Amino acid sequence: MTAPSAARTALVTVASVVAALLICALIFVFAGQSPAAVYGTMLRGTLGDPTGLAEVGRRTIPLLLLGAGLALAFRAQFFNIGAEGQLLLGAVFAAGTALFLPVPGALLIPAVFVAGFIGGGLWALVAAALRRVNVNEILSTLMLNYIAVALVTYLIAGPWKGKDVRGYIYTDTFPQGAWLPTLSGTQVHWPTLLLGVALALGLQWLLTRSTFGYALRVVGENPGAAHYAGLSSARVATLVALLTGGLAGLAGAGEVAGIHHRLLEASQISLGYGFTAVIVAWLARGNPALCLITAPLMGVILAGGDLLKIDMNLPFRVVDIFSGVILLCLIASEVFVRHRVQWGRA
Amino acid sequence: MDSIVIEALVRALSVGTPLLLACLGAILNERAGVVNLGVEGLMAVGALAAFAVASKSPDANLWVAVGAAMLAGAALSLLHAFATVTLRANQFVSGLALALIGTGAAGLLGKKFEGLPLFNKVPDWTLGSFTISPFTVAALILAGLLAFWLTATRGGLTLRSVGENPAAADVLGVNVGLTRVLAVLGGGALAGLAGAFLSLSYRSSWADNMTNGLGWIAVALVIFVGWRPLRAIAGALFFGFLYYLQFRLQGNSNVPTEVFSAMPFILVLVVLALAGVRGQAGDAPAALGRAYVRGER
Repeated sequence: MTAPSAARTALVTVASVVAALLICALIFVFAGQSPAAVYGTMLRGTLGDPTGLAEVGRRTIPLLLLGAGLALAFRAQFFNIGAEGQLLLGAVFAAGTALFLPVPGALLIPAVFVAGFIGGGLWALVAAALRRVNVNEILSTLMLNYIAVALVTYLIAGPWKGKDVRGYIYTDTFPQGAWLPTLSGTQVHWPTLLLGVALALGLQWLLTRSTFGYALRVVGENPGAAHYAGLSSARVATLVALLTGGLAGLAGAGEVAGIHHRLLEASQISLGYGFTAVIVAWLARGNPALCLITAPLMGVILAGGDLLKIDMNLPFRVVDIFSGVILLCLIASEVFVRHRVQWGRA
Repeated sequence: MDSIVIEALVRALSVGTPLLLACLGAILNERAGVVNLGVEGLMAVGALAAFAVASKSPDANLWVAVGAAMLAGAALSLLHAFATVTLRANQFVSGLALALIGTGAAGLLGKKFEGLPLFNKVPDWTLGSFTISPFTVAALILAGLLAFWLTATRGGLTLRSVGENPAAADVLGVNVGLTRVLAVLGGGALAGLAGAFLSLSYRSSWADNMTNGLGWIAVALVIFVGWRPLRAIAGALFFGFLYYLQFRLQGNSNVPTEVFSAMPFILVLVVLALAGVRGQAGDAPAALGRAYVRGER
């Protein structure tokens, strides 16, 4: 078996994305929308002006953190589909820290991030633990997503409901010390962005240069060989879950501390980042560092989806169509890069 | 006393109907060795197709609406069959993509049907003082038929052999690919039927996200019931009863409503963990989730 050239892989990847965009155009025709108008609106409003670019940046931040983690998880054959729930738990832990813990000023922001990492990591560990009794992690992480949404709703409508908030359900505003700084005039909270870039590069190093990364790749590519070599796939899965979930938790902390400054409804904290990040990781073909390219790409689609909702009165679910079709085209095109080592659970 | 028990049973059966139908569909394709995680999307598309046809006019034929739902489910799952059987793509990821496409497409195409009235919902049948949907009766009969077909007929045996040992089936002259494609299409049609129940009978309306996670629960249910259609009746009844309790207890107790909305998902986890500990996950068809390549082991 010879590994396919990087150029061939890149070519197939680009071609499958183009094919996916064409298929989506067909769906729009079927729905009575002009694809030219749809794509035009999305491009003009995202890449065409500074405000739009800032919106893309804002959405790139969580996608980068989630995608880099998921890229690692997929390489280890840990199919974590629950980044959405892990992000929410990160937001919950971060909000709890910002609102209720007496942390001295300078340490508050670091504490918020650490809490987010712990929240997301713990949520993913539940799935890792269940995997030890043969519960498929795709199903468990999905169920955990729904449970996380209920938990957030319970907290903001119940015990954590803001004191000076009537009618609405959200918590009080965080103290100013827990607000992340943003690039002026935008909602791009740059500390989280820097964290994302550093972690994507760090995970790439971990994956390709460290002993743990080697064990992870062996477990993912050849579980049988890993077993005979004495590598514990359960331990690798646990560590990977902790890392992936933790990164998603950081993203959740960034969203509430950088943008909303309070804990609010799940659908407002995440715009389906969890599922979109699956594509970010898949497009990057399991390389965390490549998420630096693929996360902004999907950021354009998420920000564009928002514009379609406002400008063309289309439901935000349009984004699901983009995500689903791109994902399907990507995995279907694997056949054209056949001779490479497959890291999908075939 | 008795009537309360019967009412609970009838209500649980009613809520369990879409779960049962979707679960039967998933059993059908999983017994042939193909996992389809797209059930949630297939149900959403089925619900929309049925509603779109039935709401066209007061005398729209409901059989046509039901047929449209099954056709829509089968059509969408054709994508899954093509990707996983023909191109041998990863079944789990393809199913996930299908779920996204289905819910997304239903949301986009269904927007204009939101809030519209349904002129003729599928009439319930009355049994003494209780009513039951024809869909529920059909689901129970289908469970029996599928159980019989899988265990006692040549076609069922062929399907199971493809899921257990495709290489051996291939040697015996079974067309593995075609069998799998047909099983996936059948599973899609049943998921579409489950959606039709929601929009024509249970809710008799269309709303985005009306499947609300039922499809995912149905997928998990398959493992819980050990890939057996008759046990699926008990499984669907069990989860139907949970939903019924949710309605009954909501507002009548100090327990926050969010606990009830999370309950089915928490229970799925508990139930799957129990099935795992008891080794039930080992009942899965041996070739489940794996693409078949002739000459490869």
